Amino acid sequence: MFKVKAIIKRRKSILDPQGKAAEQGAKLLGLNGVNSVRVDKMIDFMINSNDSDEAGKIADEFCVKLLSNPIMEDYEFTLEKVNES
Amino acid sequence: MNPKFGVVVFPGSNCDHDAYYSLKKNLGFDTQFLWHKNHSINNSDVIILPGGFSYGDYLRSGAIAKLSPLMNEVREFAEKGGIVIGICNGFQILCESNLLPGALIKNKSLKFVCKDVYVKVTNESKVFSSGVKGEVFKIPIAHGEGNYFIEENGLNELKQNSQILFQYCDKNGNITEASNPNGSVENIAGIMSKKGNVLGMMPHPERVCSDILGNSSGKFIFNSIKFYLKNI
Repeated sequence: MFKVKAIIKRRKSILDPQGKAAEQGAKLLGLNGVNSVRVDKMIDFMINSNDSDEAGKIADEFCVKLLSNPIMEDYEFTLEKVNES
Repeated sequence: MNPKFGVVVFPGSNCDHDAYYSLKKNLGFDTQFLWHKNHSINNSDVIILPGGFSYGDYLRSGAIAKLSPLMNEVREFAEKGGIVIGICNGFQILCESNLLPGALIKNKSLKFVCKDVYVKVTNESKVFSSGVKGEVFKIPIAHGEGNYFIEENGLNELKQNSQILFQYCDKNGNITEASNPNGSVENIAGIMSKKGNVLGMMPHPERVCSDILGNSSGKFIFNSIKFYLKNI
């Protein structure tokens, strides 16, 4: 069994209005040094497999075909082997 | 020939009845609902993917809807040259399904925008806008994620192939930053596929097909389709 943490990031070239809004919020809090805020997505899931190559392929396909939109987002993920129990 | 329209219903569609009513009652077309789990478009001549929040817009707008069984049929129909229109959430579904290029992201203002806007028909389409190139129509929009995005290469391709059909403009047809309600690249409000048989648009023509509602400017698209199908 593998525990997967996928991070979906909007491409830097694309405006991130949520990040901009959060950045303005930081200014309202008086945190003037805060900049370059980006709001990304983190998605956790498990894969039933004992083979890390196979789990990696499944995770990659899930990220490419559904979790991210390759037109505007990049993704990365980590695999962590966990015990069945 | 009176074209038969199929309006796809996803869980979370909320403009399906508006589309059905306009097509059937206002325009007199043979119209049917198509449940997203169906495996057939039931001899429809035109497919409408209506507005709404399919699957709650979870993950991304249209991301889960593209996996509905009926979308395989819609894809096959479109690839064979069948006429498909995606309105609002339907446009998002078409982009997610790769039937149209680009993506629709959150409005620049971060706000849900619901108001009448003006769009200019900037290209000729025998299917969707016969005889109205250059004209300006007042049509409502209602969306939080209608900000059309495409990389520069894709945008150039859209231009080269005359795929940009509608652009947001002011009352007089000037395409300005002030008339762009959501931050879309080049004020894009609607685009077509390369073959010109698939249209995606954020404005809602189905909401303005009745004189009694004070605006019937949306009719031109559906009448253009009827005219096109009659003459092929």
